[in-house]
Amino acid sequence: MIETRSNPAVRWPGAGLRTWWMMLVISLEERLAYRGDFVLGTLMRFLPIVTQLFLWTAVFSATSRPDIAGYSRNDIVAYYLLTMVTRAFSSMPGLSGGIARSVRDGSVKKYLVQPVDYVSFLLASRIAHKLVYYIVAALPFAGVFFLCRHFFPPIPDALTITSFVLALVLSFLLGFFLEATLGMLGFWFLEVSSIVFGYMLVQYLLSGHMFPLDMLAGIGTGIPGLSLADVVRWLPFEYTAYFPAAIWLGKVQGTQLVYSLVIEAGWVIVMAVACRIAWWRGTRRYSAFGG
Amino acid sequence: MHNSNRLGDAPLLANRQFAATSAPLIAVEGLAKEYRVYDKPEGLLASVSGLFRRTSRLVPALRGVNLTVGRGEFVALLGPNGAGKTTFLKLLSGIITPTRGTASVLGHVPWERADDFRRRFALVMGQRNQLWWDLPAAESFRLHKEIYRIETTRFERTRDELVDMLDVRKLLLQPVRELSLGERMKLELVAALLHEPEVLFLDEPTIGLDVVAQHTLHRFLSHVQTERQMTVVLTTHYMKDVAALCQRVVVITHGDILYDGSLDQIVDRFTTHKIVTLDLDHEPSQERMERFGFPCEIRGPQAILRIDRSRIADVLPEILRSETVRDISVEDVPLEEIVASLFRSEAEIHTRESE
Repeated sequence: MIETRSNPAVRWPGAGLRTWWMMLVISLEERLAYRGDFVLGTLMRFLPIVTQLFLWTAVFSATSRPDIAGYSRNDIVAYYLLTMVTRAFSSMPGLSGGIARSVRDGSVKKYLVQPVDYVSFLLASRIAHKLVYYIVAALPFAGVFFLCRHFFPPIPDALTITSFVLALVLSFLLGFFLEATLGMLGFWFLEVSSIVFGYMLVQYLLSGHMFPLDMLAGIGTGIPGLSLADVVRWLPFEYTAYFPAAIWLGKVQGTQLVYSLVIEAGWVIVMAVACRIAWWRGTRRYSAFGG
Repeated sequence: MHNSNRLGDAPLLANRQFAATSAPLIAVEGLAKEYRVYDKPEGLLASVSGLFRRTSRLVPALRGVNLTVGRGEFVALLGPNGAGKTTFLKLLSGIITPTRGTASVLGHVPWERADDFRRRFALVMGQRNQLWWDLPAAESFRLHKEIYRIETTRFERTRDELVDMLDVRKLLLQPVRELSLGERMKLELVAALLHEPEVLFLDEPTIGLDVVAQHTLHRFLSHVQTERQMTVVLTTHYMKDVAALCQRVVVITHGDILYDGSLDQIVDRFTTHKIVTLDLDHEPSQERMERFGFPCEIRGPQAILRIDRSRIADVLPEILRSETVRDISVEDVPLEEIVASLFRSEAEIHTRESE
């Protein structure tokens, strides 16, 4: 038999948590090494919204109606600003590409050799990235929201705000596991950028990034009583942009709000499991074929 | 450049003859790995048809290897490029699964990748870094402390010891990307040894390093291995690494083990000749020298002869009798040459087989 090892791993309580915390701290430090890049990236984020505002101003001036599908011009502005907040939680720039690259260039080996879980590591480092982003982006975001404050309805009640925050946290996890799973496809395909591009396209249309999704409520699917909005509700995409914004604006309330939160949480679980399976099968394949 | 003084007084080759414990730490049986390779045809048209039908073939990287390594052994896997050395290390560290065969390292099947196994070994693969590129190495070390759950005082002691031995303290706070290749390699080694692994796998540790850095690494590895009774398996194609470090050499070519034993015995087993250098008082003629053996080189009064080993005892007295010899030396064929010829002859066998 093999004798007992000379340096037993310390089994202090919460050792896993401490590892996790260290991964977070290291990722934070790494991220801060590139703060200049970050400031610029944050400012660039505000550009697309300006074009959206011009577009909708034109739409509203062309029609005499005070609102479109329940949205006044002010609502539209508020909606876009709020989706910017939700996208700041759910978008994962570079995540899937980074995973696929680590498979391609072999640096993923490190996570096979060391007693550390790659998915946990990715999550910790992504949280770190987000934290740095919020620190950098807080001021410009606050400025824009202050300047645009008259577009917003009065601040909602505490329960709505709580639901909003919960939906945001879930949207972060959903975005993370969605894109991490896409990245794991790199174990099967050398290049995942076209798959990611396809996903981005669908996501752009169906997440509410482009227009408020309840505008789809009037569009039928051919099945009586089932609108396109009803279908989209069962897909994961709207929870990465539309849903939290809609909560804040009071578009989703009561039981509908509870249902939607449950669906969102359900998708988080589904994608977390999918991500785990993709990692297992992917590493098995990687081990069998080359490494 | 000054090396660490703590290494300076460690005898380089002393203390190597400890007995391996009875149970082998690494046991490998019939280990084989085949890779599927897709042929990429030349030309645009062929590339397009390749989208629909790809032809592939299985290429053996390792053909059923048997090996046992005891605790505290320092083993070199020596072989030319593409011989299967790295594949072997990847199998032992659990990165890849074999096509056939079994392996046990520290009582674990490596490719099951149990955490308990992974806490007890380390792998350093050339330039593939465990260190974070944009951060100082000290930060990567802190992360390793948590990943490997190293107790704080133990971690600090080990780190300081390794850092002082390699004289890299002043590099700890510099981002890794700013360091030279040799400096990075030293820090990679520190990172790999922080958790005091019982087994260390090194893939080409000295590749691309200058002579001084190579020498430093040799002394360091030799010292740490002796002190910790660590089991080390390294791949290399530099004879220098082997000569400085390993009691045991495993020569691999074309996925097979060609030789397994000590370095000295390679000479015994694979050479048929000795090299005799003569300093004479006159310029010898070619014919005269051919009586004794094969003259490799005759330059002025100096002659270098290759003489069959079985004849050497008879030939030497004869030379001394018939020539006026100022100086004589008898040497083995240089190791590099032997190993190179081993690689070559093996390659020839394989080309013949495939023809």
